[in-house]
Order: sequence, then structure tokens, then C-alpha cells
Amino acid sequence: MAKYHITTRINGDDVEFLCAPEQTLLDVLRDDLRLTGSKEGCASGDCGACSVTIDGRLVCSCLVLAAEVGGQEIETIEGMADGDRLHPLQQKFLDFAALQCGVCTPGFLVAAKALLDHNPNPSETEVRYWLAGNLCRCTGYDKIVRAVLDTAAEIRN
Amino acid sequence: MTDSNKASSGNGTGNGNGKDYKWVGTRAVRPDGVDKVTGRAKFGADLHLPNMLVGKVLRSPHAHAHIRSIDTSAAEALSGVKAVITRDDFSDQPKGAVQPAGEMTINYRDMVRNVMAREKALYEGHAIAAVAAVDARIATKALSLIKVDFEVLPHVIDPVAAMEDGAPIIQEDLIADGMEQSPGSMTNIAKRVEFGHGDVAVGFAEADVVIEREFTTQPVHQGYIEPHACVASMTEDGQGELWLSTQGHYVARGHCATLLGLDVSKLRVQASEIGGGFGGKTVVYLEPLALALSRKACQPVKMAMTREEVFRATGPTSGAHLWVKVGVTNDGRITAADAVLKYQAGAFPGSPVAQGAQCAFAPYELNHVRTIGYDILVNRPKVAAYRAPGAPIAEYATESVMDEIAEAIGMDPLEFRLKNAPKQGSQSSYGPKFPAIGCIETLEAARDHDHYQTPLKSGQGRGVATGYWFNIGGQTSATLNLSEDGSVALVLGTVDVGGTRASLAMMAAEQLGIDLDKVRPMIGDTSALGYNMLTGGSRVTFAGGIAVVGAAQDLIGTLKERAAKFWDIPVDDVEWADGEARATNGYTDNMQPLPLQEIAKDMAKTGGPIVGAHSINAQGAGPSFGTHVVDVDVDRETGRVWVTRYTVVQDAGKAIHPSYVEGQYQGGAVQGIGWALNEEYIYDDNGRLENAGFLDYRVPVCSDVPMIDTVIVEVPNPTHPYGVRGVGETPIVPPMAAISNAVADALGIRFTDLPMSPPRVLAAIKAGNGDVTTAN
Repeated sequence: MAKYHITTRINGDDVEFLCAPEQTLLDVLRDDLRLTGSKEGCASGDCGACSVTIDGRLVCSCLVLAAEVGGQEIETIEGMADGDRLHPLQQKFLDFAALQCGVCTPGFLVAAKALLDHNPNPSETEVRYWLAGNLCRCTGYDKIVRAVLDTAAEIRN
Repeated sequence: MTDSNKASSGNGTGNGNGKDYKWVGTRAVRPDGVDKVTGRAKFGADLHLPNMLVGKVLRSPHAHAHIRSIDTSAAEALSGVKAVITRDDFSDQPKGAVQPAGEMTINYRDMVRNVMAREKALYEGHAIAAVAAVDARIATKALSLIKVDFEVLPHVIDPVAAMEDGAPIIQEDLIADGMEQSPGSMTNIAKRVEFGHGDVAVGFAEADVVIEREFTTQPVHQGYIEPHACVASMTEDGQGELWLSTQGHYVARGHCATLLGLDVSKLRVQASEIGGGFGGKTVVYLEPLALALSRKACQPVKMAMTREEVFRATGPTSGAHLWVKVGVTNDGRITAADAVLKYQAGAFPGSPVAQGAQCAFAPYELNHVRTIGYDILVNRPKVAAYRAPGAPIAEYATESVMDEIAEAIGMDPLEFRLKNAPKQGSQSSYGPKFPAIGCIETLEAARDHDHYQTPLKSGQGRGVATGYWFNIGGQTSATLNLSEDGSVALVLGTVDVGGTRASLAMMAAEQLGIDLDKVRPMIGDTSALGYNMLTGGSRVTFAGGIAVVGAAQDLIGTLKERAAKFWDIPVDDVEWADGEARATNGYTDNMQPLPLQEIAKDMAKTGGPIVGAHSINAQGAGPSFGTHVVDVDVDRETGRVWVTRYTVVQDAGKAIHPSYVEGQYQGGAVQGIGWALNEEYIYDDNGRLENAGFLDYRVPVCSDVPMIDTVIVEVPNPTHPYGVRGVGETPIVPPMAAISNAVADALGIRFTDLPMSPPRVLAAIKAGNGDVTTAN
């Protein structure tokens, strides 16, 4: 079966890949480009572990066909830190112990960054509803919500 | 950082507590943290090897069926298919091949049938065959070419129906354990257990008030976000390597070697980072299949489950039918407590009913108590451990009745529990006398907490419940390898599910008197250390801590010997403090202290490499009690229960890393909220699961829950150097009863069936009672 030739940008770099029509963006990120920071928890858009942004919009990469992303700007967890400087959200997740097993963490960070890019001063309720598409089974969400709120306050100051 | 109030027990008798520590008790950043916030950390499905194949499993569409034949010829002929396996690729295991594993028991004759169906498919999703191919598309195509001749059999899903005469028999050769069984008869009752003391009939005769209730709970899944995944690689000479997401790579190695007929040491197993387990990753599913496929293909094989496979084929915990009867005097003394627990095991024996029966009345000091449990086969996936396996189910029922009976005699529910609470030396409801425990301290901290003292808003309800879990110790090895610059590699064999690399490294740094930054903890593969039991039973910070402290003391012993040699003085005249050797007893003035890095730099001259090691079978795990306080609002129009405030109070013995102790409390509470309010397995009439995905099996999301306040009570466990008790499991024991009791307070309706999902609650509001059964 013929493959599609896709040219796009991922974490600021030009990237080319070939994909089958049924391959999702998540499949290509993980299996072909070896960007395994995005996780597959459900493959049905219910858990958010594969969260990425496309042109700034938060999506589940398991629900996006790889053939659709030509010419777009994709950001994944691998692009979140700036060289050896962690993004403030990443640092705050560490300081607040906002992760246990850590498998949902990349998705939460990508989703939380998208929130703060849209809304630098979210209420607790806004954080909770924005992150309602990301499942965490370890933490009970408490420390995650606190980390996001505290990061927002720090960035504002 | 959090709202937690550190509660001190005021009991300073334990080892270590009350001292000032440099690292223990701090909130250090975890050593694996950066990898996990940058996407670097490698989980089960993140490994890619050269020449790697993709493995996939063909699963039974039937809940119960004879497998007459399996024809794999067309699949094998497909280009790109490198191996196909069925039941014929696994030797049968002898009867009675049983061994303990964590909190559950392993029966290899059952295990070989669970990983690959033999005579019958016993549940929808049961593995029938597996293929390895060059890519996922070809593997999927190959599965469609396998022809299976099934003879569909009647099935049974409900445990009470499975106990009835004439029920479909799931295991024809099952011998009921602990019961009389007439010769030649067949049964689905795998086991009967009984615990208790005194005479409940005598106790009930002394009671002023007796309450008797029946309850049901549904199976719930551990719900780890990372599906099972592994990469297996067998070579032509019969050696193998396995990478997998597991709670115990030594245990997985043993299971796989047994099922494949390999020498255990020929299999080298490395645990990936684990994306949640909660008990569900203590057993093997894909791994023996991946190894068998790799053995045939002589290429690495990667296998990963879909979420749907996780739901259909891996262990939830039991659903249950429960009967509880409690008698009290009017002044609040419990005279008798009795319970009968019927737990679904799935298609093979092994529900956690014995643990449930032992924990059912553990938060009470009782003269007359009895708990009877039945382990019942049904055509569902074999249950796996889930966080305090068995206890949350039993204590949901018992703590609901305790709440109702306290209300009946007009007593505050926490004062009622305090009046009947066990203490050190009390005979537990299941036999042994309790060691040092913190049941009373925990109840008092809950009673005195701002949450419990704050009046409710109109229409809200408040509930409390207490939970108990044993915790365990077990076999553990740890090594500290000193590097030439004085930094130390800490090699562990216990998988880190939630921050134990941090807590164990903190104990090592504390012992050695060096900066935490100088200790790098890592999880070794199975060849790096002696045996390590799996991560379960809330054992790692307890048993691992003892092993790490032992290894540090071993290292310090050698460091003192080297310093003595350097100074040419007796080793008895050397002490270790603050990361350096110091001469004592008259030598003090002449000898400058020798810091660790100095000894390390010169270790070649003083005798060579310096290693500290310790291997133990840890005993004396400290049991843990927790009391939860929860407030709810109930939406009278939709039946939705909103948890508005939640406080967990639990005895940790000693919190090595308070943030990760709080994290266990918070995570357990929220899993409990899901269990109480939403999570359940829904089967159709054909025994097929209807909600095998996170859209329809609804675990709590961020917007469903409030902040979870925590109070860490510290009643030291005297058998641990720092007083540690396990903390991971007890938090999931109280939530279901606490929430049910809160709903009862809000609505005046006592629910006896979980989950209290909106349709059930709405129906109960309309009917005016909690005894509502929905079609399921």
C-alpha cells in the first residue's frame, strides 16, 4: 500500500516522514520518529496521555491521522524544556511531587502549558475542567492542580 | 506546599522518631523526576530493538467455550509472519504447583491456562493464540486467518448464581478448599475460610441493638494508565532477555521461566518504568507469549495491550455479595460482629476473600467475632491484586453497618469507633495480637481535625470510615557501590511505583552522613542483585529501607576498617559520623578525620573496591489504620454525588518523604471515590463486557474531585530503623463506606450497592430507599 509523504515541523524542527493511511500521529511520533514521550493509554481520546499541540491547539495525537499534519507546527513533551532549562511547569511538578508513576505526566504538562498559554490566571475550577481530559490514577490530582496554579502565579509575577 | 497538618502521635518510644534528620522527613526532588517530566523515562512500550517483531493476541469472543481445534496454517503462511503460538507451545504444569507471590498465591497450572487457553476459553478476552510479524498490520491480518472451532457453553457471571446447584461448572476438576464436597460432585466454590474468636450467638444475646444488612460491590479495575507491555528476546542457545512493565521483575522472571521450562538464571529481566500497577502488574499475561514467540522466531518481539484488552483480559478485583450483622449495647460497646463474604475470583481460584475476611472487623476490639468467606468462580477474567486486596470490599460493608448502628444508638461515629478501638496487645478480629498500632491516634486526629469540627452546609452530608491493612515485608536485597570520587550507586531490586527511589536514597544518605545528591539510586536487572520480592503489600519503603540501612551499615563497617588500616589503629577505635571516619579513644588528637571521598580515592591501596550489601527476608511490617472524613452534596435532580471536602488521616509510622506519603493517601482516596460512585463492569447476556474503555468505565477525572487534605499520624513501627509502616494500600480501604455514610447523612437513604452512580442514586431518591438494583 502506498504511503503518504508528509513534511511538517515538530518542536521547531523540519521533519519528513512516510506514513500509512491508517497510522495516527501518535503511531508516527512513537514508532517512526521515536519520540516516545507521548504515551498511548487508550488510543481513543479518553486519557490524554498522548497530548500534543498542533498550531497551538491541544489535541490527543491518537485521534489525529499522521497524514493530516503536513505543514503544521507540532509541539510534544520533548520540546518543552529549553536546552538544559526546564519549563516552569516541569520544575513545579518536581517541586510539588505532582507525579508518582509519571506515565500521564507528559500529557498533563502539555495540556497544562496549553492552558497557561491561553489563560495565565486560571481559577482552580478552570484548571480542573481544562485537565479533565487527562487521566491520572496515582495522585488524586491534588498536587497536579497545585503545581499548575503555583506555576501560573509564578509566571504572572 | 500542601494543606497537610503534621500530626505527632506524642509517642516517642520508637526507633528514630523525634530525632532531627538531615534527609529523612524532607521533601527532596525525586532522582527520576527530570526523566519523567521531559518524556525521557522509558516505560514498557518505549523500547525499540533492532530486528524487532510485533506480537498480537487472538482472544476468545465467548465467555465460556470448549476449544475443539485451532488451525493456524493460513496465518503461518502469510508473508511477514514469523511465529504463531497456541496452547501447544506451553507444557502443562503439575497440579499443586502453588507458591506465594506478594499478597496473592500463584498456581502454575492455572497460570499456564490463563496466559493461553487450553481445554476451554473461560472468559471473553481469554488468549487463544498469538502471532509475531514484521509489523502490526500483518500481525493483525494473521490473527484474522486463525480458525478456531469453539463449542459455546453456558456461562455464569454472578457469584451467587455460580454457587447454585445446576450452575455451569467452570473448572470440572476443582476441589473445594475448606469445605465438605460429596465425591464426584462439581462446584464453583473454590474455597471457604473462617476467622474469629468467641461465640457470636452469646455476643448477640448481650446486645441492645442488632443491625443486619446485605451489600453488593462490582468488580473494579486497577486502571493504571499504562497498558501491559513488554519486549522479549530469546536467542538460539536458549538464553533470554525480557523488558517489561511490572511490579516485580524477579517474580515475573520466575513465572516466565516456569511456564517456558527455562533455567531461571538464563532469563535476564529488566523492569521498565511502570505506568501504574496498584497490584495489577504482579502477574504475567503477555510476557510468556512474547518469550514463546521470540523463541520460535529468534527475533525480539514487542507486545503491548490495547486499553480494551486490559479491560477484557487482565485482573480487576472481585465484585462481591456481603452479609454483615453487628450487635451493640446502648452505651456503644460492640457485643458481636458477624459477616459472610462471597467474592468473585474470576475463572480461576484466588480472590482476596481471605484478606477481606481478616480485615473486615480489624478496626475493633471484639469479644465475639466471626467472618466467613467464599471464593467463587465465574466466567470473568481472573482477579488480580488491587491495593489492599480484599479489604476495601469487606470494610465497605462492615463500616457501613458500624455507621448505621452508631446512629441508631445516638452516638458520634468517631466516638463509637474510639470506644471500640484496638490497641497494642488487643487480640485482632482474625487472630494475632496487635503490635504497636495507631488506630486510636488516627481516630483522635480525625475527630479533632478542622474538617470534622466544621458545620456542614444545608443539604450536605458527612461520613467517616476507618480502614485497616496488614502491610508486608519479604525478601529484599540492596547494594551500595562506592565510586572512586566518594559518590555512591544504590542498586535496588524493587520496582519504584511512586517515589521509593527517593525515600530509599534518603535513608542511605542519612545513614552515610553524605549529601543526597551523592547517592544515585537505580533499579538493577535480575542479574544485579539477589532475589527481590515484588513491589506490593506497601512493602518497599519498609523492607527496602531495612535492606538499604543494612547495606549502609555494611559499607560503613568497611570504611571504618579502611580508616583503621590507614591510621594503623584498631578498628574499634574508629567511628563514623557526618560522612567521615573519626578516630576515638585517645587517637583523636593525632588523626584528622577521613571523609568518605578520601577513603574512596585511596581504596585501591587499602584493599580494593568497597561495597555495602544487605539481603533480608523482612519481618515485622507495621499494620496501618486510616480514617477518612468526607462531605458530599447530592444533586437531587440527576442523582450525582459530588464530593466537596475530603480528609485522609492515616498512621505512616514515619514519613520518610512526606510528599509521597501524602500522594499515596490522596491517590487511594480518589481511586476509592471512583469505586464508590462510578466504576463497574457491565456485562451483556452473553457474558461480554460492554464497557471496555475509559469512556464507559469512568474513573475519576480532575473536575470530579476536590483537593484531598491529608494528616500524617506517626506512631513508629519499632521493627524499622526509622519507624516506617507501609502507606500505599490502607488509603483505598475507607472511601467507599465513608462516602456511602456521607450520602446517607445527606439523603437519609442508606445505599447497599456499589457504585452509587447517578442512575442508582436518582432511582433511590425517587423510591425513597437505597435498596435499588439496576439491570446488570
